[in-house]
Amino acid sequence: MTNQITALLSLRNVIKHFDISGGLLDQLRLSGGRITRKRTVVHAVNDVSFDILPGETLSVVGESGCGKSTLARTVIGLYRATGGEILYRGERIDNLSDNGMLPYRTRMQMVFQDPYASLNPRMKVREILEEPVRFHNPGISDADVRSRVADVMEQVGVNPLWGVRYPHEFSGGQRQRISIARALVVDPEFIVADEPISALDVSIQAQVLNLMMDLQEQRNLTYLFISHDLSVVEHISTRVAVMYLGSLCELASAEDLFGNPRHPYTQALLSAIPRVGGKAAAHIKLSGDVPTPINLPSGCVFHGRCPHANARCMQEVPKARQLESGALVACHGVEEGRV
Amino acid sequence: MQPLLDVSNLTVKFALRDTALTAVNDVSFTLAKGERLGLVGESGAGKSVTGFSILNLVSKPGFIAGGSVLFEGKDLTRADAETLRDIRGNRISMIFQDPMMTLNPVLTVGTQMIETIRAHMKVTRKEAEAIALDKLRKVYIPSPERRLGQYPHEFSGGMRQRIVIAIALLTSPSLIIADEPTTALDVTIQAEIMDLLLELCQSEDMGLILITHDLGVVSQVTQKIAVMYAGGIVEMGDTAKVVGEPLHPYTRGLLGALPQCADKADCGLADVAAPRVRRRLNQIPGSMPSLSDVPRGCPFNNRCELCETVCTTTRPLLEVKSDGRMAACHMVA
Repeated sequence: MTNQITALLSLRNVIKHFDISGGLLDQLRLSGGRITRKRTVVHAVNDVSFDILPGETLSVVGESGCGKSTLARTVIGLYRATGGEILYRGERIDNLSDNGMLPYRTRMQMVFQDPYASLNPRMKVREILEEPVRFHNPGISDADVRSRVADVMEQVGVNPLWGVRYPHEFSGGQRQRISIARALVVDPEFIVADEPISALDVSIQAQVLNLMMDLQEQRNLTYLFISHDLSVVEHISTRVAVMYLGSLCELASAEDLFGNPRHPYTQALLSAIPRVGGKAAAHIKLSGDVPTPINLPSGCVFHGRCPHANARCMQEVPKARQLESGALVACHGVEEGRV
Repeated sequence: MQPLLDVSNLTVKFALRDTALTAVNDVSFTLAKGERLGLVGESGAGKSVTGFSILNLVSKPGFIAGGSVLFEGKDLTRADAETLRDIRGNRISMIFQDPMMTLNPVLTVGTQMIETIRAHMKVTRKEAEAIALDKLRKVYIPSPERRLGQYPHEFSGGMRQRIVIAIALLTSPSLIIADEPTTALDVTIQAEIMDLLLELCQSEDMGLILITHDLGVVSQVTQKIAVMYAGGIVEMGDTAKVVGEPLHPYTRGLLGALPQCADKADCGLADVAAPRVRRRLNQIPGSMPSLSDVPRGCPFNNRCELCETVCTTTRPLLEVKSDGRMAACHMVA
């Protein structure tokens, strides 16, 4: 793994659990004539470690419920990690107070999935964009705020004259541009984008993806890109991480991962991409459904559905190991050469 | 031979206070027995309304303003309620996007299936149950006897969609209309459901109209594609040809906007050492017009790079172009 100095952001054994047991009375159970207290915990992210390098686009893919959005929100500090460390340029940020986190807020920003829900419908676009600038730069002059907002609007392809309009007056694609502008207006270097194009139509998706790639070039941005759309991920990513049930299965460069997937889950996932034109590839069929993250399977979380699972997979949790190509794979089968 | 379904010049409008919006504009296509057609387009293109109007299911303020839908020779746009009842869910079944919305949450799967069978066929409960079990086996539901007594919430999303497909199959229909059947599902489940639909259509010789925005899904399942834009079909033809060498500028733009097509050249090349060149995606400027301000002439003219004067004055008709395919464009020979 790369050392901490060169990494922009490092995750070290990050864990995020949600306690959903409710109030005390909900937790009480009667068993064997005795009252016991039982907590119910969702294991959303389990022991995930990786580095994000400056200037790259690292994508996290996986199916619904695999913990990719939770991971994104934990990274940016919207959720407090249950365990592990998150380092930003070598400094721990997961244990900071809200005030301590403040300087990092201008350096990392987030773009959300649904541009209809993430823009305040009662604020004009200009107000939405000006607020973060004023908040992070107390004492800045009105003229400076205006020019900064106008510059960013120009850059994302929204006419600055439209700043007097409300979000509902814009189409979905335009709104997502405004969300991106809001993230950019404080001049961050790292952007977490959680399914930024999933709510958009194909032709609009292309516009927003192009915009994100252009902005990355112009501003030297680093992206943590969360998506379930594998062909989009293949197109824009430098490296790709595959998650399953809160655990990291495989992390490799985009060419490597899509050209030569090693983890059995990655192989199944990639075989399911509906390809335009070309003959339908044989889909690798997985038996059963994704287990609940409340009671995680023992050993490898994928063993119940994996065609290559053996006794070791049922008992021992596989650690992510680095292969010669630099890819990280968490699979006993790959390690032993069975897969 | 008479086609299974013959839709001609179908126009569907939605009445407003003083005007009417045209959601489906002069749409014509045919479907032979056992043929699979994909209706593709972005949101608001009119593909779902087309699907609904085949079953005469457009509800107020929408209405079928013209054209005909001939199913096995009967015009469904003019059929009475009884004829329609006999066809809906019996000869033509529909599968919707969200299985949780289609299934009744307070009835067991068995009740819902047996109810459907007995509404259309004169059979005893026992016989109906046997049919239900048979169809559940067809969609690969494990231990169907036990599953029959369970409620929809006890199934996963993919399983629920299988149940919905099983219900659609109960009366051995000759046509299935599937409206975004996998949009709510994960990609691995989507692949399973699509494989299943394809397999069933082939084994039962059923026709399929697959309504979707996903060109990838459509190109793997259907034989024919109709691309819709702002209420009309802009291109129609053999699936491989339409996605392989699209004629209409909109189809071309749509395919170019897909990351996997932009990457086509390097698909399958695992040359790790070479730096990855990220190509910009082909983007269609602007967005689809709302139905209230579709441009005069060709509805695509304000986003089209080939636009000329004739495009702004005359609406192009869907007509046969040089190699037997159909496109609605003045600029395509």
